[in-house]
Amino acid sequence: MNGLPRIPLADWIDLFVDWLVSRFGGIFDGVANFLEQTVEGIVSGLGLIPAILIALFIGLVAWLVSKKSIAIFSFTGFLMIDYLGYWDAMLQTLALVLTSVIISIVVGVPIGIWASQKETVRRIVTPMLDFMQTMPAFVYLLPAIFFFNIGVVPGVVASVIFSMPPTIRLTILGIRQVPRDLIEATEAFGSTTGQRLMKVQLPLAMPTIMAGINQSIMLALSMVVIASMVGAPGLGEEVYRAVTQLKTGVGFEAGIAIVILAIVLDRITQNIGRQNQGGNVS
Amino acid sequence: MNESNLKKIEVKNVTKVFGKNVKKATQLLNSGKSKNEILKTTGATIGVNKANFDVYEGEIFVIMGLSGSGKSTLVRLLNRLIEPSTGNILIDGQDVVKMNKEQLRDVRRKKIGMVFQNFALFPHRTILENTEYGLEIQGVAKAKRKAKAKESLKLVGLEGYEEQYPNQLSGGMQQRVGLARALANEPDILLMDEAFSALDPLIRKDMQNELLQLHDSMGKTIVFITHDLDEALRIGDRIALMKDGQIVQIGTPEEILMSPSNEYVEKFVEDVDLSKVFTAAHIMKPAETVQVDKGPRVALTLMKNLRISSIYVVDKQNRLLGAITAQGAKEAAETGATLQKVMIQEISTVPAETLLIDLFNLVSTAAVPVAVVDESHRMQGIVIRGALIGALAGNDVYINNPDIHKTDDLKKVD
Ligand SMILES: Nc1ncnc2c1ncn2[C@@H]1O[C@H](COP(=O)(O)OP(=O)(O)OP(=O)(O)O)[C@@H](O)[C@H]1O
Ligand SMILES: [Mg+2]
Repeated sequence: MNGLPRIPLADWIDLFVDWLVSRFGGIFDGVANFLEQTVEGIVSGLGLIPAILIALFIGLVAWLVSKKSIAIFSFTGFLMIDYLGYWDAMLQTLALVLTSVIISIVVGVPIGIWASQKETVRRIVTPMLDFMQTMPAFVYLLPAIFFFNIGVVPGVVASVIFSMPPTIRLTILGIRQVPRDLIEATEAFGSTTGQRLMKVQLPLAMPTIMAGINQSIMLALSMVVIASMVGAPGLGEEVYRAVTQLKTGVGFEAGIAIVILAIVLDRITQNIGRQNQGGNVS
Repeated sequence: MNESNLKKIEVKNVTKVFGKNVKKATQLLNSGKSKNEILKTTGATIGVNKANFDVYEGEIFVIMGLSGSGKSTLVRLLNRLIEPSTGNILIDGQDVVKMNKEQLRDVRRKKIGMVFQNFALFPHRTILENTEYGLEIQGVAKAKRKAKAKESLKLVGLEGYEEQYPNQLSGGMQQRVGLARALANEPDILLMDEAFSALDPLIRKDMQNELLQLHDSMGKTIVFITHDLDEALRIGDRIALMKDGQIVQIGTPEEILMSPSNEYVEKFVEDVDLSKVFTAAHIMKPAETVQVDKGPRVALTLMKNLRISSIYVVDKQNRLLGAITAQGAKEAAETGATLQKVMIQEISTVPAETLLIDLFNLVSTAAVPVAVVDESHRMQGIVIRGALIGALAGNDVYINNPDIHKTDDLKKVD
């Protein structure tokens, strides 16, 4: 503007990404392979089972963890997706979401635990989480493509980055919410840090952690359309194509399939969280 | 029970400063500045200020003081839940402050149990699982720790509740679980921070009695925090009074009541119900007696010289046999009867530790003043109506000096 030289931030980031690719290309390839095979494994595994059985199974699970109406909705909803012809796309999406969420849990929960125990870690992690969540999700797609080419892998990576924060955040929150006097009691009896964590903090934080996982699932689902822009197959792809070709009807059909999947996943995981309050029932 | 005087806990010059400027605050403290001044100039809070005391093996040591006086801080310094700023804390002669993590953990596991004001039970664990927690983290085998935990629950009267969850129990029962959980480890020392303060008065009294019974049968060393003087008097063998982080007086309940060391303690003691504190020993007067083998004439002469209308009859060992009035003695002298024959035998007697509140009825209905006797019925003194009323009115004249005689612990009364 007024004579000040412009900071070439964009150039630096480009340079950094290039450097990463050239330096760690091998690792990225390995990760890409792993992710791709996981997703494809889930898709082909579920593909072997008849749709009606999966719908029944989901209905049954819903019935076990929550109530009958949710069970009926889940069962008929899944059948409807099949009837509309989106079954394979739905499986692709489900696989992408599951993979992302599993990674979110496997990485996010330990980070959350760590941050809950160490104030400094928490100070570093929290702003990073803010960053991850507020940065427009599209932006993650670009470096993801660089590192992993197009296809399902950059989709998974972008979903993981976008959906992991709630799991970390609520893990931290859940553990920190455990009343002080309970922590004091564990200390007074001579617990080690591990014992305190495993026997008191984590069990009591479980409902909160499950709420975080539930949010992560929803965020991962919300990424499917964006992920389809880099070539991830699934319901998102159907929606994306419908939009670019102005096919309103198809767009809605695929959209409804996403909504059904979202509701079913939400209700089931929400109620798993509630069930885990275990001892608190009276 | 605490005659042995073995020191279980020794607290030596322990200070705890909360906040950042610990060094500066300590300096100011040493130069005699008050807690408030230090807070203003450095922003640091004095939690405990140069505490010095010993707790003897098997005693119930009560720490009392107003809110914010540092009771909780002090008790947490004992098992180092709070790190002391300076000073030493010896348990069985070993300095807790110098211990490393493992040693400290071991002391907490084996030697010290803790009971909390708000129970601090684990809501996701059953009563049994709560109780076995301490043993579980020590790696005690499942069957063994379950048996121990059950035993411990039985001790506090909670058999049959093993599979319930804490929120299914009333407050009193929850605190019993807290007590059972602390006892399951078989610690020598119990730390109880306002353990009964969250309970309603009736249940609280039950719990106090139960604690005393447990203490009697198990002989643990107990450090008990309270801000309630009545509670302190009921259960304490010795009481330490805290103010602004400092211990301002340590003594038996009697010493605290009789000679409050300063205004602060006096204020504390002021509104205590005297009838529940003082005992017959405090108000009894020496009794005039005559030995039974002396004749009625001797009795008559004694009464005349002492200007009294009746006199107690005792044997050679000073054991109370009865009393005789001037009228009775005169008749006996005329008929030549022995004292044994004519004396009144139905005399109300009480032990020395009877509370004044329990004396009222007896004293007001007795024809002859109520006699205070020891276990072997030996005469110790008498209670006259005027002294009872005078003492209750707060008139010190009627209260005996505590040094003259020895009364047993107040707590043994009920
Ligand atoms: N963690 C802490 N950080 C800073 N100040 C503290 C801390 N804990 C206690 N204090 C301060 O130390 C002083 C003593 O507190 P403490 O809790 O020991 O009092 P207390 O006698 O137990 O009071 P109460 O009867 O209310 O429980 C108070 O002034 C309190 O504000
Ligand atoms: Mg306190």
